[in-house]
Amino acid sequence: MDFDPARPIYQQIIDNFKKMMIRGELRQGDKIPSQREYAEMSKTNPNTVQRAYRELENLNLVETLRGQGTFVSIHPEQLESIRDEMASAVLGSCIIEMRSLGFNDKEVRDRLEQMQGVKKEAASDDRI
Amino acid sequence: MIEFKGVSKSFGRTVALDAVDVTFATGKITGLFGPNGAGKSTSLKLISGLNRPDRGEVIIDGRDPFYSKVQIAYLPEIDHLYPWMNIRQAASFVSSFYGDWDQERYRELLSFLNLDEEMKLGKISKGQRAKTKLLLCTARRSKYLLLDEPLSGIDILTREQIIQTLIRDFREGEQSIIISTHEIAEVESLVDEVIFLDRGQVRLQGEAEQLREDRGMSLVDIMKEAFRNAN
Repeated sequence: MDFDPARPIYQQIIDNFKKMMIRGELRQGDKIPSQREYAEMSKTNPNTVQRAYRELENLNLVETLRGQGTFVSIHPEQLESIRDEMASAVLGSCIIEMRSLGFNDKEVRDRLEQMQGVKKEAASDDRI
Repeated sequence: MIEFKGVSKSFGRTVALDAVDVTFATGKITGLFGPNGAGKSTSLKLISGLNRPDRGEVIIDGRDPFYSKVQIAYLPEIDHLYPWMNIRQAASFVSSFYGDWDQERYRELLSFLNLDEEMKLGKISKGQRAKTKLLLCTARRSKYLLLDEPLSGIDILTREQIIQTLIRDFREGEQSIIISTHEIAEVESLVDEVIFLDRGQVRLQGEAEQLREDRGMSLVDIMKEAFRNAN
């Protein structure tokens, strides 16, 4: 697991779990690795992992059952709001970046449609 | 907790540490970074009681380092072990000094690090020597672990094993680890706190995650900037 060293690592750990939940790779009731296991797997300081897990619990995304482990405890409404939040974050930085390159909002929209359109056409070509 | 209060140390005319005030957080992994001659090794030696400050105080858990010697495991930069010994003999030698030696942990680490007890210290590769030094340090359940350049000149795979070992056995909250290293990029996700030393003075110190959040930069880049500003 590679983390971007320019951003807080505990935040990236949280985001990784959120992504897996949104994609359905982790579902309600699934067990996630213990803090120690995760620290070893990702070669990260256990204190950092502890902070991430604590935050995940505060966000009610996981819960720890004594003696059993930590489990995903996410509700569908939460999934929706996280999905929404992450989409805003990704698109938000994309828009900011494009603006900094000098593109206006219409150009960004056009380009986006163009690229999505191209992909759609390619997919139908495959079917032939 | 380890505190330096106005610590100065010189060797002849070379000033190694210049009125340094610093605290090493308990239960955390602290990265001690800085160029050669910054005072990193000197700091570790003062903590381990191998040397004493010319001015100021080094205080460990409220007392002089002399009283904490048994709680400190120190891995020096130099090869301090007798080359004629094999690993078993070196382990026996080290364990005889310290009551916190854990024989079971020693056996387990031997196999995890792919080391053979019969290996003679003078005849093994640099990487194996680095792993042996680490083994002899971490087979003890010490409260303080001081590592002076544990990754220096070591191949990537061995470095990963060393870092893995440290993470595996770290007793967070209870144990305090201080790593002095040039390989800042390698330890980005390992350290809780960082102290940047330069020519005997503290250029910057803080929590790694807080620094990343405040500056949007990696520790490597933060350090480069700190030194550029100092010059």
